[in-house]
Amino acid sequence: MADLPRNQHIIASGIVAGVGMSVCYLSYTQQPAEAFTFPRLISTVFAVLAIWTFGKAILGKTKVGNGLSMEAMSRITPGLLVMLVYIFWSAKALGFYTSSTIAFFVLLSLYDPAPHGEIKSWIKRALITAGFLAIMYGLFAMLLNVYTPREIFF
Amino acid sequence: MEFLLYFGDVFTPVNFGLLLIGTIGGLILGATPGLSPTMAVALLIPFTFKLEAAQGLILLGAAYTSTVAGGAVSAILLKIPGAPANIATTLDGHTMAQKGEGAKALQLSFISSAIGGVFGVMLLIFLTPVLAKWALAFGPSHLFWLAILGVTIIGSLDSSSVVKGLLSGCIGLWLATIGFDDIMGAQRFIFHPAVSGGINVIPALIGLFAIPQVITMFAKGRNDTSAEVIEVKKQPVMDSIREVIKRKRALGIGTAIGSVIGLIPGVGGQIAGLVAYDQAKKFSPERDKFGTGHSEGVIAAEAANNAMVGPSLVPLLTLSIPGSPTAAVLLGGLLIHGIFPGSDLFDNHPDVAWTFINSMLIGQILMCIFGLYVAGLAASVARVPHSVMAAVVLGLALFGSYSVQNSMGDVYVMASLGIGMYFLERFGFSAAPLVLGLILGPIAEANFVQGSMIANATNGLGPYFMTGTLNLTLIAVVIASIVYSIWMELRQARYTTKDDAVHKEEAL
Repeated sequence: MADLPRNQHIIASGIVAGVGMSVCYLSYTQQPAEAFTFPRLISTVFAVLAIWTFGKAILGKTKVGNGLSMEAMSRITPGLLVMLVYIFWSAKALGFYTSSTIAFFVLLSLYDPAPHGEIKSWIKRALITAGFLAIMYGLFAMLLNVYTPREIFF
Repeated sequence: MEFLLYFGDVFTPVNFGLLLIGTIGGLILGATPGLSPTMAVALLIPFTFKLEAAQGLILLGAAYTSTVAGGAVSAILLKIPGAPANIATTLDGHTMAQKGEGAKALQLSFISSAIGGVFGVMLLIFLTPVLAKWALAFGPSHLFWLAILGVTIIGSLDSSSVVKGLLSGCIGLWLATIGFDDIMGAQRFIFHPAVSGGINVIPALIGLFAIPQVITMFAKGRNDTSAEVIEVKKQPVMDSIREVIKRKRALGIGTAIGSVIGLIPGVGGQIAGLVAYDQAKKFSPERDKFGTGHSEGVIAAEAANNAMVGPSLVPLLTLSIPGSPTAAVLLGGLLIHGIFPGSDLFDNHPDVAWTFINSMLIGQILMCIFGLYVAGLAASVARVPHSVMAAVVLGLALFGSYSVQNSMGDVYVMASLGIGMYFLERFGFSAAPLVLGLILGPIAEANFVQGSMIANATNGLGPYFMTGTLNLTLIAVVIASIVYSIWMELRQARYTTKDDAVHKEEAL
């Protein structure tokens, strides 16, 4: 477990180095070459710095960034999953307002410190969610006239 | 004195109303721990689409000014700085509040913020037109180096690791090249239909600044982390005004240091506040009282962090080079109205430029007046559970990024960049240089291509980009900023263990 941040640093900087090298490779192989002059310049520096960072991570010489503990990861995961489903699926499939209401209520239920066993706390969450929906509808649908995907309900 | 001609424009009902909304809203947002001034301004941008350029900038400028000042409320009453710029305020401000002088500390902070802020905006008023005229002499090679300087200086000075800061800047510059090439029309790095038109700056800014904050709030879990708010008793304002006048040395030091630091790109309000606090302590005959609830500590720190707001916009308004992440967000607010900073702004849109700058001047005074009354309310807002804050910010980020072009692609870009940035931040990368790279990338590339064409027709690339006093000066500053940061990092490494670095990061 003590090696967790070091391994995480190796994985993270490895991904960045992979991206850097891919960008560099694409910059030098794509045509027309004139369109890639600036990307070549940037991607060369990108790749060099990314490999340098990866090397430092492998040697265990990374000084900044404390990674993610298992505890933090377990706390983040439910919220992150709700966020991913909300943004990448439900916002479009169910409509912005419906999905925002559901996501807001679920996030509140997941992270609100109030006890889950009390009816009062559930009523409070429902009221806060309704207030949030009313403000968002007022701001975006009525004030800014933004036409968002509606799909079901509104 | 051209600015005086446009003073009346600030007082039209709509403009003044927006100034009030931005100021009061900014004070409340600033007092909320976890909502940084940059994120607050980024989330406000979608609300400026329907407004005229000057009106949009008034709203964003007022929010910027007052979020920095509002951060003092939670620093004093909760011992949680609302923004990094308020870290130094916590040292004496919270101790004053614990001793029953919370109201006095708040009044001192708002009065000194306003005085420092007014001085900073005056500097912006008198320096900007002169520098904008001077910037006319800049050719493509100079503008290319300036854009690179903007990225490297923030990458090296604003990050805990120089290499990772510069790497973040490179990622931003690369992201800016995604889409169609302007000259050849060639596709570059289009790996998903969502980025076929390139990466839109506004959704990217919202994602990079808002989503990592949301996930950070998730990481706190279900713990009730709301801190105890110290009660504020009534205190005559005149006593605090007299105290600020009596402590004019601390006020002068804070204002001078904040103004100078604000002019240097990449060195933010956090440094301004801490350096001013340190210098005020050194020059004070009562230096032993610092840290025990001494008014000079609050005055110096708050005067400094607001004095830097005006000067921090000088590089943006004259050279199109944002000197800070918040200035980069303001640049985004200008660009959506098709206005480019520099001499064009002052020659072709003087009404926009001067109304915006004048509104910042009036905003400082409004911030002082309302700050004293809103402080109590703002402190209560600071106790809003992080679960509610996270859900609200996530909703605003989704709606805000969609409303830019009514495109789900922008929403996907916002979320992908935001989630990616959260994980990168855990490993020492930072959002500020990435954002600067994303914003300055097109400026750097356009001037690089234009310069290359001139160079090919004349002396060649090397002599065009690498010779001339201004080119060499800019290259020297780029190298000096990197070398200085590496030297500082090595010097710090001698005294700082890995654990210290982790603790320092967590504290920030």
